Amino acid sequence: MKPPPFKYHGPTSIDDACDLLSSLEDAKVLAGGQSLVPLLNFRLARPAHIVDINRLPELARIYERDGGVAMGALARQAAVEDSDLVARICPLLTKAIGLVAHRVIRNRGTVCGSLAHADPASELPAALLALGGHVIALSTRGQRVIPAAELFKGVFETALAPDELLVEAWFPAPSGVFAIAEESRRHGDFALAGVVRVADRLALFGVAPTPVLVDARDPTRGLKPSGDLEATPEFRLHLVKVLAKRVLAA
Amino acid sequence: MKVNGVNRPAPVDPRRLLSDHLRHDLGLTGTHVGCEHGVCGCCTVLLDGAPVRSCLMLAVQAEGHEVTTIEGLAAPGAPLHPVQQAFHECHGLQCGFCTPGFVMSVVGFLEENPNPSPEQIDEGISGNLCRCTGYASIRRAVHRAAELSHKK
Repeated sequence: MKPPPFKYHGPTSIDDACDLLSSLEDAKVLAGGQSLVPLLNFRLARPAHIVDINRLPELARIYERDGGVAMGALARQAAVEDSDLVARICPLLTKAIGLVAHRVIRNRGTVCGSLAHADPASELPAALLALGGHVIALSTRGQRVIPAAELFKGVFETALAPDELLVEAWFPAPSGVFAIAEESRRHGDFALAGVVRVADRLALFGVAPTPVLVDARDPTRGLKPSGDLEATPEFRLHLVKVLAKRVLAA
Repeated sequence: MKVNGVNRPAPVDPRRLLSDHLRHDLGLTGTHVGCEHGVCGCCTVLLDGAPVRSCLMLAVQAEGHEVTTIEGLAAPGAPLHPVQQAFHECHGLQCGFCTPGFVMSVVGFLEENPNPSPEQIDEGISGNLCRCTGYASIRRAVHRAAELSHKK
């Protein structure tokens, strides 16, 4: 299998990475590569430039900040899953990561990469939204904080500008009872539908172009999930009702 | 990069996948490629000791790291690695296509979980697909591999 041709860049400082992103046309950031490389292999993505941030170990940090946990763009999902700090401060994140693909994938995949990729069926964007977390975007123009509610714009679309690097994600400690539940055809597959609960906030994934916050009393109101070979829209609505009942009983 | 303890030249083309680099440039065809998008697990190798999909990495990303493939577990003529021995004893394979990936995943899994429960084993091998065995013999092989690893 051959990805389409691209120019490869392996910056060794965050400044260099931002310089590259600001000067290059049609560049894509490569972190864990567990979503980007399949897209390259299938030639669904054909970026002119790849900016590989794996030589920036300073971005692998996981630390406590402002009543939550923060992790850099290179914090692997497996490292966050195994982190005692994360388990203590934001155990919902530990649980959510356990549902992401398989351990071997999580050994490479990053939390920030999942957020920047913004797959509508992904667990971590919905967890960030339910918790009310944020990400930090960095570019040569400066740094800005993007709250979860403003980050996800559409299928695989975020508020990140082409020259911005998502350098850090912050997940606050859950403000009350929390739970996550999903249904998939096979263990580790993308969810057909999923629900995250934090206190009385419910976020859904897999049933709309982005993760969505819904009313816990009527979680399917206004939802129009798409249908595919794996599930009809009606079945997805049914799953949301069942899963919402489960997390609300937690 | 170091592959099975030997320093190897860097890949020439940045779009060369690690899986293809191992097979085509280095002749290490024990690493199998199945789906080439991260689903089947056949191409699993160890990167600095942790199992990863070699089809989801560019070979240039392995520069400065240590890669272990199925060929690196036991030298020709030497006793098998405990995980290989366990798959052999428990008939944990039929056609053998998925086996290198399973073995490398299980090597990494037992490193993190030396005394796995049946549930942990199911979770541990869930990222690898086998179309022949129905997994029962593979589960037994993982149990046996844990026993053999302790004896070693």
